Amino acid sequence: MLLIRCPYCEQDLPELEFAYAGEAHIARPQDPSQLTDEEWRDFLFIRSNPRGVHFERWRHVNGCARFFNAARETVSDRFLCTYKAGEARRDISALTGGAE
Amino acid sequence: MTVMTASFAAATITELPPSARFSLRTTDPIAASASLGLELPTKVGARAAAGARTALCLGPDEWLIEAPEAETPALIATFSNLEARLPLSAVEVSDREITLALSGPAVLDLLATGCPRDLAKLAVGSGCRTLFDTVQVVLTREAEDRFHLTVWRSFAPHLRALLDIAARELAAGL
Repeated sequence: MLLIRCPYCEQDLPELEFAYAGEAHIARPQDPSQLTDEEWRDFLFIRSNPRGVHFERWRHVNGCARFFNAARETVSDRFLCTYKAGEARRDISALTGGAE
Repeated sequence: MTVMTASFAAATITELPPSARFSLRTTDPIAASASLGLELPTKVGARAAAGARTALCLGPDEWLIEAPEAETPALIATFSNLEARLPLSAVEVSDREITLALSGPAVLDLLATGCPRDLAKLAVGSGCRTLFDTVQVVLTREAEDRFHLTVWRSFAPHLRALLDIAARELAAGL
């Protein structure tokens, strides 16, 4: 079973306790009424879906119940790191050892 | 309650009498600790006790407070006083949950039938919120071979049936 490190519990815990919650670091526009329809559509629906390192939100729903961010390699399904919600996006080259 | 002879009692399951339970959410555990008469632990999974009162830290700002049933009015009064000074949420969940005591030499095997966590690593005196067969439960380790499992009332018959089957299988050596 995949083990995911919860940055709040500070433990590696089974995947079953967690829920995926979409792509991370998508900030809601300050004033949605100023956006064009296309920009609003992009905010709501358009996601990056990369082959490689993906920054995503997870929730430790059956544990401490907190949302946090994770960097996951979508090919190998390996978690490169997890960090608390609100922290800055991690540097990809540091995570992959410059392979990207 | 499962009836088993002593020689086959690999794991026994007992329903505990009702107790007072409160779900406490606050960002200022230090101020709340003084009024409660016990220090709220800040590490997730840690548990503190003062007399018969215990506080289990479930999340960074969430605690489960347990006490004997007779202390319910006293706790409600404490939280009412605190509420005037502190931003907090204290919800009485005494009737929401049922606690089962699981004990015996095979208690870790019994829990492993439904719980994905490595509970051998759970230190005595600490606890966690986790899953048992898709049902959310709160586990506390009371001793090396004794756990308390707290589950929402409506899930209890389902969970109890699963645990009874597993306990019978363990007793039969399966």
